[in-house]
Amino acid sequence: MILASTIRRILGQLRHDPRTIGLIVVVPTLLITLIYFMYEGQPAVFDRVALTMLGVFPFIVMFLITSIAMLRERTTGTLERLFTTPVGKIDLLFGYGVAFGVAAAAQATVAAAFSYWALDMRTAGSIGLVILIAVANAVLGVALGLLCSAFARTEFQAVQFMPLVVAPQLLLCGLFVPRDEMAGWLQTISNVLPMSYSVEALTEVGVHAEPTGIMWRDLTVVVGSIVVALILGAATLRRRTA
Amino acid sequence: MSEAIEVRDLVVRRGKKTVLDGFSCVIPRGSVTGLLGPSGSGKTTLMRAVVGVQIVASGTVTVLGHPAGSTPLRRRIGYLTQAPSVYADLTVAENARYFASLYGLKAAAADEAVEAVGLTAARGQLVANLSGGQRSRASLACAIVSRPELLVLDEPTVGQDPVLRDELWDHFRRLAADGATVLVSSHVMDEANRCDRLLLIREGALIADDTPAGVKAAAGVDDLDQAFLNLIRRQEEEVAA
Ligand SMILES: Nc1ncnc2c1ncn2[C@@H]1O[C@H](COP(=O)(O)OP(=O)(O)OP(=O)(O)O)[C@@H](O)[C@H]1O
Ligand SMILES: [Mg+2]
Repeated sequence: MILASTIRRILGQLRHDPRTIGLIVVVPTLLITLIYFMYEGQPAVFDRVALTMLGVFPFIVMFLITSIAMLRERTTGTLERLFTTPVGKIDLLFGYGVAFGVAAAAQATVAAAFSYWALDMRTAGSIGLVILIAVANAVLGVALGLLCSAFARTEFQAVQFMPLVVAPQLLLCGLFVPRDEMAGWLQTISNVLPMSYSVEALTEVGVHAEPTGIMWRDLTVVVGSIVVALILGAATLRRRTA
Repeated sequence: MSEAIEVRDLVVRRGKKTVLDGFSCVIPRGSVTGLLGPSGSGKTTLMRAVVGVQIVASGTVTVLGHPAGSTPLRRRIGYLTQAPSVYADLTVAENARYFASLYGLKAAAADEAVEAVGLTAARGQLVANLSGGQRSRASLACAIVSRPELLVLDEPTVGQDPVLRDELWDHFRRLAADGATVLVSSHVMDEANRCDRLLLIREGALIADDTPAGVKAAAGVDDLDQAFLNLIRRQEEEVAA
């Protein structure tokens, strides 16, 4: 009940901000179009890069939006007040997870549909799996954003977490250099970064017609990372503060 | 049990500063109690301890028979933070309805609260587009929406015109008449006159706990402003001596 109205409240806040909705829906599609023209005449490369980006963009966008939204709850005093009401931490964490997950699903669906039908992206596996993995990655962004917002005092600090959290995952996920060609210590780092698994899962969908065991394992790792990040995020939500 | 709040030997440190140092007080049920004191004296800190969001070093705070901040209290108290804490990107009505929903209340309760703070005409407006005084009233609406047994209001009338202030105080008095306990901080002495009891706090210590008439009598003057100054100066001299 409280969870449902919290989800509705967060979506309501988004609804009053059409520009943000526009950015959420349009930006990944625009960027993938840009990639399309960068690799014109190299459809195989485009397929691989675009597929990866369908997972990466929702992660970045949702991470940023969530960390700022949660930081606002802390700095405007709404969080302090909510903690004097019957709201539970779970209501807040899942509220953000579900509300922004819905936004991410819309984003991933538009971007994926556009990539397949307008940009002629090809994958052996189904578009449904691509969207599923993209949404899981977006929810991972939400969970990490909730967690990181606890370590930022200002919005300036919050945006600094973006390069810190996103860049290493993007560089080491296997897009630029295949993971098994990296130096051993880089591979070790790559192995503990959740995005490596979502990118691998997307790659599996790219080359196999049916969902593979590796894909399900990777997806499980991503979901597990979401759960861990949410638990850590719950630990940073303190009813009492100094 | 007649007391709504019992604070015993409360010690609160914020940063390096000991804000409340062995603070004790009792607030009776069904009363309007004013919390007065110079800026930085610890009013907000005490209120935060009462609603259970302040880390306390030692001492006990008992609210409606339960330890402050415990789960059963969360349905029974309402808290207005000093700075308005509402969602700027929602309308007044949406804010009130969200807070109503946290107590399982319907939109009708929210609309009533919005009306009580005189914002019915602005109910469809985004909080971001409200004036400062309207914004604090939107925040107040969300604190009273659940008709709590204990209402903790941190400077609820700042930035309001005299007519609205009067109406808001009428509302607080009505809530108390219906049995609620209201704890209000303020800097305005003509508001203090409308309280049943006053707590005067200075540098984290209680220097008076009496009716407005009692405070004036103790200070030997007929004016609360002057009484307040006298009591603070007298206490400063005692500390110096
Ligand atoms: N977050 C904080 N960290 C450290 N010290 C704080 C913090 N908040 C308040 N203080 C200090 O605690 C003391 C009491 O602050 P408090 O907010 O309770 O005062 P107040 O009586 O409400 O003042 P005002 O009338 O200006 O609202 C002040 O000296 C203030 O500097
Ligand atoms: Mg204060």
